[in-house]
Amino acid sequence: MDFSQIFMVMAATIAMTFFLGRFRALKLGQTVGGRKSLNSLPTYYGSLMAMWCGIPCLILFALWMMFDDVIISQAIMQELPQAVLELPASERGLIFNMVSNIAENGATAGSEPYMISAADRLQSLRETSQLTLIACLASMFLLILATVWARMSAQTRARTHVEGGFKWVLLICASIAIFTTAGIVFSVLFESIRFFQSVPITEFLFGLEWSPQMAIRSDQVGGSGAFGAVPLFAGTLLISLIAMVIAVPAGLMAAIYLSEYARPAVRSTVKPLLEVLAGIPTVVYGFFAALTVAPFIRDTGGLIGLSVSSESALAAGLVMGIMIIPFVSSLSDDVINAVPQSLRDGAYGLGATRSETIKQVVIPAALPGIVGGILLAVSRAIGETMIVVMAAGLAANLTANPLESVTTVTVQIVTLLVGDQEFNSPKTLSAFALGLMLFTITLVLNYIALLVVKKYREQYE
Amino acid sequence: MQAVNTPIQKNEKLNANTNGTDQKKTSTDEMNNSAAKVGKTVGKPFATNPKMTMRNVDVFYGDKQAIHDVSLDIGKNEVVAMIGPSGCGKSTFLRCLNRMNDTIEICQVKGEIKLEEMDVYHPKQDVVPLRARVGIVFQKPNPFPKSIYDNVAYGPRIHGLVERKTDLDEIVEKSLRRASLWEEVKDRLHAPGTGLSGGQQQRLCIARTIAVSPEVILMDEPCSALDPIATAKIEELITELSEKFTIAIVTHSMQQAARVSHRTAYFHMGKLVEVNDTKRVFTNPEHELTEAYITGRFG
Ligand SMILES: Nc1ncnc2c1ncn2[C@@H]1O[C@H](COP(=O)(O)OP(=O)(O)OP(=O)(O)O)[C@@H](O)[C@H]1O
Ligand SMILES: [Mg+2]
Repeated sequence: MDFSQIFMVMAATIAMTFFLGRFRALKLGQTVGGRKSLNSLPTYYGSLMAMWCGIPCLILFALWMMFDDVIISQAIMQELPQAVLELPASERGLIFNMVSNIAENGATAGSEPYMISAADRLQSLRETSQLTLIACLASMFLLILATVWARMSAQTRARTHVEGGFKWVLLICASIAIFTTAGIVFSVLFESIRFFQSVPITEFLFGLEWSPQMAIRSDQVGGSGAFGAVPLFAGTLLISLIAMVIAVPAGLMAAIYLSEYARPAVRSTVKPLLEVLAGIPTVVYGFFAALTVAPFIRDTGGLIGLSVSSESALAAGLVMGIMIIPFVSSLSDDVINAVPQSLRDGAYGLGATRSETIKQVVIPAALPGIVGGILLAVSRAIGETMIVVMAAGLAANLTANPLESVTTVTVQIVTLLVGDQEFNSPKTLSAFALGLMLFTITLVLNYIALLVVKKYREQYE
Repeated sequence: MQAVNTPIQKNEKLNANTNGTDQKKTSTDEMNNSAAKVGKTVGKPFATNPKMTMRNVDVFYGDKQAIHDVSLDIGKNEVVAMIGPSGCGKSTFLRCLNRMNDTIEICQVKGEIKLEEMDVYHPKQDVVPLRARVGIVFQKPNPFPKSIYDNVAYGPRIHGLVERKTDLDEIVEKSLRRASLWEEVKDRLHAPGTGLSGGQQQRLCIARTIAVSPEVILMDEPCSALDPIATAKIEELITELSEKFTIAIVTHSMQQAARVSHRTAYFHMGKLVEVNDTKRVFTNPEHELTEAYITGRFG
């Protein structure tokens, strides 16, 4: 039996307690004159019973899972030969891994006797731990079940209690998201601070050259590479700009067509089709950009005598723009639809034509919402990686020419962290600094977008 | 029951039709039996000097008929009030007069509606000049999210009514004065129109409508969102406007109808039951349904 099986049995048992609770409530009801005299519906008693029995068991199980491995491995380590204990931490870890491998898959040719005995010990400790867990869970469960069973009465305010419990469940789920975000932010922040200890923040923010590769040459250890992030942000900006130039007009027009002109039948087919665009994986867009669009641009450029590199900001930007169209269009469509019909009627009533009404009344009224949608799309463009990796290249050129290859922040983060890296080198750490910058920028953008959207909502409510 | 009154021009067809629909089964409604009592229109639906003429108008929402064979004139510089229980088709009928119903896809209008000699529903008739001649004010004030000035200037601008900025200024001021809003807003013409109070917004919408100098103004419960003081102002305004314009107003307030209108039309379940001089309608209605409504027996 392993932990997943224990968990499944436990879950099934907890589910059973629901029916037990219901049954108990119905019984209680009979003694006091029918279901009507119960404080709450029988299902609430069931839920309450399941909650009371389930939550402590789940907590115990989770704690056990968290500390079980740590404690056991500590114990095993203690018992390894003195010689092993004196090894550096990384090699000790390696040996421990071998031990647990033996425990799971049996001894191999390379296993030394002390390892085999440690593996046996590990195996038996694990078994003991599981048995103890089962015993603890079962006794706790039975104890609680008996108590709750005995104390449950027709007056128990099960409905109120379940309501309270539900609130806690929601709260826990919400806090998981928040804690994770906070954890990510802090880890990125601390690593960035370490990075800024070796590379001054001003160089990072204002330096015009980006070539982190130099830093790992054996004779140049210690951050002699250039860590100026400006070319990366310029590249990001350039590609996002191209993408928005494509996506904003196309998305907006599509939204206007869909919400103001299209017949319901057309609308109900075109809108989902457009949203399919949003469902295409970005890798697919990426190879479309790299294999179709980029060569096409290069060849067309060649025809009119322009030299276009085979990976260009234009190709990536174009395809990214297409990818973002559904964002812009579906958000704009929503806000355009939210413009009250009475405003349109007002304009029509004065003799405005349809396009005049749209241009002069509907769009201005929907503008804040549209801007909000566009800002969200921008932060999507800034964060996009795959298309750029495949179509725009890796060269950190500082250029405004869309026909040259550029690179973006996200692409650099990927390349910095792919492959063998020493974790403490400025090269690797710079990825965190880039991530922090990117995060800050998109956060600010999203915040502004939300403010704008909120302001728009207030206007019509 | 049969109507007894008033020789009417062109009403042979009218009679035949009304009697026809009369026999038809009407929808299951609390007023089901009262519907049977609606005969042909009684009173004076026609005017000697008509600005708008409606003949045998039927309106359908999809398969559902909302207006049954209504014939009515609105005389020049006349104020006609339309009253009747909720859902009887007053708004629907009013919105036919400048084809606002075109914005509702399932809505179909049959019959003849004329603005002087212009055939409103002629297939070749462009709605833009029509709506410039027949303006409408809605129940809920709906100023555009623009400045007060731009709200009023909107109509003249899109119709190219002015050559110079000073002309536009003049139109804006005149319209705001007519709508008795000028004194309240003259210092903040460039503040957003949505920042005004409800009553002010409604007067702004009226100013916006009259800035185009329409010949007919349609009003659909223009005071239903307003307090008594703002209502009084607008009623005063209607009386003033009737010197220049022709006005059709839908209202739920019988006092309001009595105060502002020359003739009153009583609608009942999509049919025009009675049209008479306002005084007559409220003192001595000809039709028993009208009497029931104004004495508060239903509605
Ligand atoms: N857009 C629409 N689609 C379908 N049916 C409609 C539509 N608008 C109105 N109707 C129907 O037409 C009938 C007349 O509606 P209308 O709005 O003209 O009534 P009304 O007399 O103005 O009522 P109220 O006094 O409540 O404003 C109603 O039965 C209504 O349900
Ligand atoms: Mg109405």
